[in-house]
Amino acid sequence: MFESIDAVQQALYQQRYICDRALATVVFLATKLGKPLFLEGEAGVGKTEVAKVLAAVLDTRLIRLQCYEGLDVHNAVYEWAYARQILHLRILEASHASREQLEHDLYSPEFLLARPLLQAIQHNGHQAPVLLIDEIDRADEEFESFLLELLSDFQITIPEIGTLRAARPPLVVITSNRTREVHDALKRRCLYHWIDYPSFDTEYQIVRLKVPEAADRLARQVTAVAQALRQADLYKPPGIAETLDWASALVAMGRTELDEAALNDTLGVLLKYQEDVQRIQGAMARELARQAHAR
Amino acid sequence: MPAEHVAPRAGSGQEDHLLANLLHFARLLRGVGFQVSVSQLSDLAEALTLVDIAQRADFYYTTRAFLVHNPDERETFDRAFDLFWRGLLEHSRLQLGRRALHATSLKPAQPPLSRQPPLIAGTYQADEPPLGVPETQPDIEVPPTYSPWEILRHKDFAAFTDEELALAGQVIEDITWRVSQRRTRRQIRVAKRTSRLHLPDTVRRSLRLQGEIVDLAYTRPKAKPRPLVVICDISGSMERYSRVLLRLMHALQHTGQPVEAFVFGTRLTRITPALRHKDVDTAVREVAEAVLDWSGGTRIGESLKTFNYRWGRRVLRRGALALIISDGWDRGDLALLKQEIARLRRSVQRLLWLNPLLGTPDYQPLAQGMQTVLPYVDDFLPARDLASLGRLASRLASL
Repeated sequence: MFESIDAVQQALYQQRYICDRALATVVFLATKLGKPLFLEGEAGVGKTEVAKVLAAVLDTRLIRLQCYEGLDVHNAVYEWAYARQILHLRILEASHASREQLEHDLYSPEFLLARPLLQAIQHNGHQAPVLLIDEIDRADEEFESFLLELLSDFQITIPEIGTLRAARPPLVVITSNRTREVHDALKRRCLYHWIDYPSFDTEYQIVRLKVPEAADRLARQVTAVAQALRQADLYKPPGIAETLDWASALVAMGRTELDEAALNDTLGVLLKYQEDVQRIQGAMARELARQAHAR
Repeated sequence: MPAEHVAPRAGSGQEDHLLANLLHFARLLRGVGFQVSVSQLSDLAEALTLVDIAQRADFYYTTRAFLVHNPDERETFDRAFDLFWRGLLEHSRLQLGRRALHATSLKPAQPPLSRQPPLIAGTYQADEPPLGVPETQPDIEVPPTYSPWEILRHKDFAAFTDEELALAGQVIEDITWRVSQRRTRRQIRVAKRTSRLHLPDTVRRSLRLQGEIVDLAYTRPKAKPRPLVVICDISGSMERYSRVLLRLMHALQHTGQPVEAFVFGTRLTRITPALRHKDVDTAVREVAEAVLDWSGGTRIGESLKTFNYRWGRRVLRRGALALIISDGWDRGDLALLKQEIARLRRSVQRLLWLNPLLGTPDYQPLAQGMQTVLPYVDDFLPARDLASLGRLASRLASL
């Protein structure tokens, strides 16, 4: 685990993740206090990445639960392998086993399919795993209440088997794009952190670090345009993920510098709504390219 | 923040000092609308032993991670933090400080959305009516039907006296407001035969018959009411109607279904938190305080744009219905209006527009704003008397 907040920052940097002091502080506290981390922010600011990088830094397994509407216990926690159970039944039929025997055989761990949350509880590596609960805002409210229970004692009860308790409680990272408000009770149990868009300098460093093939000048220009677009009146401003995709795209096109034509051609990498593309194309693009050129 | 205020030195006396300060700080935060629990504070106190609190930034980030749960709260928190930990406040002068805090026009933090009561209340439980078709036709008739009511039913809201208004408010509350349902991906178990087997139960039941699969269990998708977003015009030309329409929004809010409410004149204001008061008069008073542009001009386009950009992706989830109430008299930019109504139309399941003028015998939707939006509107309905609200209720339930 980490010795200090500085150590967090350095360790994440070595995994090519640049984080500010605020994020480093909450990560440090989460590992020290064993509290879940609740990361909220616009799409593409690197929320999910935090969990991935943490797993790499701590040299442990990343267990990921992608949330979606209708996510239920069968997909999040465990499920019985019904098809195999039925096959097994057919085999046992010949043996005229008693009902108790059948039940005992069918509901044994052999037929249990562990989904991410159960996997996190059962994990028996040398290090606690990192459990990423991604985009919780997509799941139903019912799932939040379930999660609340799980996060308080890290144990799961399976009626046919008994209660399973985590040997090492996982380091939990919950992310939300805030498409809806997640219930306060859940956030209160966590260390809450809102990830903002980065400053020019930070984003430039990120581009240099993540797309090292990009020429220094191109990296500066790309960052400048992304930063400017976030100030423009857009339905969906680009995230860091888009900036990086864009830098890679321009590198793939053999660009070492940005000009208006290249900007117009590749706007679709940065902007994901037709209205936004239309707004920027033309005069705005020319102005952006001109400003970027000055960088 | 002078270090001596918080940095504990060797003795425990300093730590007590820190704890006392934290308690005062928590009280200050509660005063401006934060919910701070004792357990949060004790967790925070524990966390503060892990960081070097002589470092202002570390102290600040740690405190923030425990006490702020919403980006909207951050600004208020920062100001409170600055005021308090800079030592402007001795605890003996807390009261004074709180006043100073208000004097710097520090608005109470908006109660975060998440503090809402659960969005789905008891209306639809396990045994709900089948999808789309309510089991019993919703009771949409305005209850009493003898003659004074009959007159009131068809009387234009604009001509209501205060007394009639109170009566109308009651009638609106009594209408059964139900929003149509949509199929969710969540499966629930049912007794009836459906197209989808519930395997866990089927296997379990088979055990009773020594593994013979005879008794099949079924599921079907659970249905939930669609989220409803109401955006109501409160500009000058709508003035005579807005007092009734606010009551309508209040009634919708209290049906236990997910409803978000906004009003606009020249700017958009979210009034969902205000409408949450059970008592309608308190709620209306709160709305009046929250809204800065009563009975002024109208900029529908601008307001819809604010809605689309700031709220759209958050409140228009999962097959939402949008209900706009306006007469369409727009003094703003029509091109913008067209663009934003089109975007809104693409983000919702269905777009309804209520116009109080519609239904007056000689009304034609000639206002330019109305002309602009009509192509994007799915249902164009009147909202000028109680009878028309009854029709709205049945429309909402049947979509």
